[in-house]
Amino acid sequence: MIAIIDYGAGNLRSVEKAFEYLGFEAKISSDPNEIMSCDKIILPGVGAFGVCMNSIRKVGLDNCILEAVDKGKPFLGICLGLQLLFDESEESPGAKGLSLFSGGNKRIAQSPGLKIPHMGWNSITYDKNCPIFSGIGDEPYVYFVHSYHIAPKDESIVSAHTTYGTEIPVAVHRKNVFATQFHPEKSGETGLAVLKNFGNL
Amino acid sequence: MLAKRIIPCLDVKNGRVVKGVNFVNLIDAGDPVEVAKAYNKAGADELVFLDITATHEARGTVIEMAKRVAETVFIPFTVGGGIKSVDDFRELLLQGADKISINSSAIRNPELISDAAEKFGSQCVVVAIDAKRNIKNPPCKEQSQQASESGSNNNSSWNVYINGGRIDTGLDAIAWAKHAEALGAGEILLTSMDCDGTKAGYDIELTRAIAESVSIPVIASGGAGTPEHFRDALTYGKADAALAASLFHFREIEICDLKNYLDSEGVPVRRS
Repeated sequence: MIAIIDYGAGNLRSVEKAFEYLGFEAKISSDPNEIMSCDKIILPGVGAFGVCMNSIRKVGLDNCILEAVDKGKPFLGICLGLQLLFDESEESPGAKGLSLFSGGNKRIAQSPGLKIPHMGWNSITYDKNCPIFSGIGDEPYVYFVHSYHIAPKDESIVSAHTTYGTEIPVAVHRKNVFATQFHPEKSGETGLAVLKNFGNL
Repeated sequence: MLAKRIIPCLDVKNGRVVKGVNFVNLIDAGDPVEVAKAYNKAGADELVFLDITATHEARGTVIEMAKRVAETVFIPFTVGGGIKSVDDFRELLLQGADKISINSSAIRNPELISDAAEKFGSQCVVVAIDAKRNIKNPPCKEQSQQASESGSNNNSSWNVYINGGRIDTGLDAIAWAKHAEALGAGEILLTSMDCDGTKAGYDIELTRAIAESVSIPVIASGGAGTPEHFRDALTYGKADAALAASLFHFREIEICDLKNYLDSEGVPVRRS
């Protein structure tokens, strides 16, 4: 069973439906005990960094996430669910993230003609050894909607990049922890392949 | 590189696709889910469903449709038509719609843009603008391309129309687009009423004028008839995406062929 963590933000249905479509069992939950009883965990996210972290802390989901990761459960963060794994974000100065990785989140650098949010299909280059990216071809297009991007201290955790004005890191991988800035549940066949790879871990 | 998007638009009434869709192997060409699946397979980057259901009682059908589409098609989709409140936004977003398009209701109640953007984020607030030229001069491709090459024609202006083009609001389209952006719109779906249905090309001058006035993405709509029209909207017109309906529904242009053409013309597109 795959747990999709619900902390009251945005639409989780698409993620759930994508796993069901692929034949995996998934459930949306905000109960730490129920989440811990699942064998894989998804942290989705739409919204602002600070607001979401507050909601996560209020129901004690921060400890639950860190404990699950510690126990080696495969974990996938999506969009804001990637950004929350870092220490902080320019989006919400003063708000503390989960600090699973060191570094912060920066606003996408302005440049003439560049629209923010970065919204739409963009191609990625990725680490071919990252198991969730198995079989997705060269430089596949995936769907992004974001205004901030991760700025990890340790570059070695970055598993994918895209180019938007400048090259930006858009996925991380360390042991059982995976996270993507793009939305695999909205990235067509490529995205479904990523979710299937994760489901099969 | 960020891809330019190709977007088929489907008119939906009481949960059924109206105006025919001519796809082979479709079990039910009136079923939005079947049509969405076919377009996903054909390489569409996004889908727009425009609900033209007349009665308020039948609103439930569009919510049910959004739910069913989100269960089977995993690309972004927009729902528009008859959305009047933040609650309407919420209902459709919870069912899995990615963006909500508002038109007349945004004119009547501009706060709907800011309220929805604040609650759900700008990325899901699409403001649809139906624009019509004030000075009658040939709006479509040939003239517009000239205009874009020789600098914009300063005499051109467009008003915003609502209620399916029946009411002239008196608002200038460029000013309204800027205002919508300032209120929190995340995207402009721009339809040229002069070009819509003509297959003579998008109104490139209009598209470019709006795209240069805002820093949010602009979807060009109305008038596509050939692959060159798409190229022109996405290059001279500076649009981020191009939308068409019957051209795709009747397979006059296959999305796959269109993308191959755009790629050969140096327009970045997603090809699977």
